[in-house]
Amino acid sequence: MAIAGLLLVSAVTLSAVALKQHADLFYTPQLLAEQGQPDVGKRVRIGGWVQIDSIEYGDGADMTFLIEDGSGETLAVSYTGVVPDLFREGEGVVATGRFDESGAFTAENILAKHDENYQPRELKNARQATS
Amino acid sequence: MIEAGHFAAFLALILSFFQAGQGLMGQRRAAGLSAIVAFGAMTFSFATLVVAFATSDFSVQLVAANSHTLKPFVYKIAGTWGNHEGSMALWCLVGIGFGAAAAKLLSTGRPTFEARALGVQGLLNGGSLLYLLLASSPFTRLDPAPLQGAGLNPLLQDPALAAHPPMLYLGYVGYSFVFALAAAGLIEGRIDRVWARTARLWALAAFAPLTVGIALGSYWAYYELGWGGWWFWDPVENASLMPWLIGAALLHSVIVTEKRGSFGVWTALLAVLAFCFSMLGAFLVRSGVLTSVHAFAVDPLRGSLLLAGLLFFGGAALILFALRAGKLEAGPNWTTGSREGALMGNNLVLIVATATVLLGTLFPLIAEAAGETMSVGEPYFNLTFTPIMSLALIALPIVQAWSWGKADLSSLWQWAAAFAGIVAVFWLAGIGPFDIPLLAGIGLAIAVWLIAGAAMEIWRRAKTVQRLGKMPARVWGMTLAHAGLGFFVMGAVLETSGREHTTIALQEGQATNVAGWQLTLDDVESIEGPNWYAERATLTARRGGTVTELQPHKRFYPAAQMPTTETAIHKTGLADLYVALGDGRRNTQGETRWTFEVFLNPFIDLIYLGTILIGLGALLSMFGRKARAKEAEE
Repeated sequence: MAIAGLLLVSAVTLSAVALKQHADLFYTPQLLAEQGQPDVGKRVRIGGWVQIDSIEYGDGADMTFLIEDGSGETLAVSYTGVVPDLFREGEGVVATGRFDESGAFTAENILAKHDENYQPRELKNARQATS
Repeated sequence: MIEAGHFAAFLALILSFFQAGQGLMGQRRAAGLSAIVAFGAMTFSFATLVVAFATSDFSVQLVAANSHTLKPFVYKIAGTWGNHEGSMALWCLVGIGFGAAAAKLLSTGRPTFEARALGVQGLLNGGSLLYLLLASSPFTRLDPAPLQGAGLNPLLQDPALAAHPPMLYLGYVGYSFVFALAAAGLIEGRIDRVWARTARLWALAAFAPLTVGIALGSYWAYYELGWGGWWFWDPVENASLMPWLIGAALLHSVIVTEKRGSFGVWTALLAVLAFCFSMLGAFLVRSGVLTSVHAFAVDPLRGSLLLAGLLFFGGAALILFALRAGKLEAGPNWTTGSREGALMGNNLVLIVATATVLLGTLFPLIAEAAGETMSVGEPYFNLTFTPIMSLALIALPIVQAWSWGKADLSSLWQWAAAFAGIVAVFWLAGIGPFDIPLLAGIGLAIAVWLIAGAAMEIWRRAKTVQRLGKMPARVWGMTLAHAGLGFFVMGAVLETSGREHTTIALQEGQATNVAGWQLTLDDVESIEGPNWYAERATLTARRGGTVTELQPHKRFYPAAQMPTTETAIHKTGLADLYVALGDGRRNTQGETRWTFEVFLNPFIDLIYLGTILIGLGALLSMFGRKARAKEAEE
């Protein structure tokens, strides 16, 4: 019984700590402007639409683009990697990444619309809020 | 034709409820007979759907929405279950199939119990059929019929994913019969050794295909998504992992009930929970309440109906459980330091691990209710699930040697020393010649520990080489599964800690060095398939004297307006050289560079070898049981 109790208590503590540290909060550019930049180095998700004419490619696999959400606010994202098949200007995107000390946002992972029927769920709510 | 199938499905519905009524009243013969006739009707019904898909009959709405004349024949067939309605029809077919198999195979010498199990199964099947026919009918006609269909989701046009749903459903729906056995046992107020012997067989019959189904899904995600990984802690993946974990707990707990008569209440609860988690999975996948990259057939109405089904059947079973739990025989007492205690420990760890997965999966919903949008990703699961499961894995070889009733714990320190020794070896290797991080070293130690433990256990039981061949299939099955777990852990640790990942951008004719390989982009050309066209890159990979050609491509399916990534994988025996083609990018100087994700995935095949061994082990254990049952009767 004591072992079971110990196991349970450790598991609950572990989960609470893990959730506190590793639940990725979601922001839109407007929310970022209102609430300020999240902690440096904390993983967050930023969602919105890829601004038209904002994609710029570097010499390697690096690129930058702007995320907008219809509020007038934008966020510049740098990313090195292959983008999803349906990553397009004007289409919805969710970028998971971190802010550095200078306030620049680097994405580790880009999610775009999956197919005709599916887009990241956070965006569905964001679209309703802004339109 | 499809109308006949529709009618047959109604017939199966009526027969299922008849089976439920007769069964619950204790009529074994009548319930068994209707289960078998219902299976005939549902097989015919499902066959008409398959024929409609095979012949591209676009006057059937489902075929028009999910098929295309140019689609390869095998995917026309697989298209039958590659969508919500068809997969629910498969779900019903599998459930009714389990009922029919049980009607033929069940022989416990307790006809009333068997009748009630068939009755509950009939009720579950009737519920699924009601949902199929009322909320997601695959039999709807389309008038006028279009000349061409809209095509199958191209991501599903793949051999692993064609086989994945049937395997997964054999598992999910297999637990419906385990649920039925538990409910029948609770109605009778008898969860004893005879009950457990039967339940164990059916729990294995669900566990083995579920294991293989999850492995197939993981393998598909690995080569089809182009992300280089094999597990993403995606809600849809978690939805299949949770019933698997509960199922694993059930397999270990039911052994205690079978051998000793203890744990009856607990085993019955797990049997109920395993199917509840299967239904929860179906709800999470199809309701769209969670963000997932794999979610399909998302529909809130269907989601709420599935949730209602889950609450109805789960609730009814739990009420029944609450009414009967106190009346069940408790079986002999046990102490913590015994095999019973060890298996209870195994169960606790598996349940806590399931709870952490459940919490991580549902937390975004809880947070949303509180007004925050967030997601829970890999770091959470690595921090919670991994250490909790490690506990069980380290304990496994030790407690396996414990005896029933009261174990001799005096050799515990030897085991501890042995494990510490293996960890030390990997730790020294880590600071020495090989660059193994400490955590990976512990992971590898656990893997070696499990494999060596499995070998020792079989030797401990056989003692001589001659008797090794005569070990019951059940013991071999267990050993195989535990060794498979070891291979899985080894693969998972080596792949995760040793993976090399680079994104490269190349012009045609350009070369670069990645992960020990020299990659040259020869050209990128357009090619055409039966129902897709593609841009295909040809790369030459060189390492030492090895030269190999890789052709990753990116397909576009015009019918579905959807692209897919077709990765190129070169297996060296030790590692996969994995290349996925990204987009072509024109920079400001007007040069086009093609981007590629390049992974070197060491020992990833061990992950799949391990999972297949676990599935095979479960299968083998089933056959072991048959012989034992005969022995018991003699």
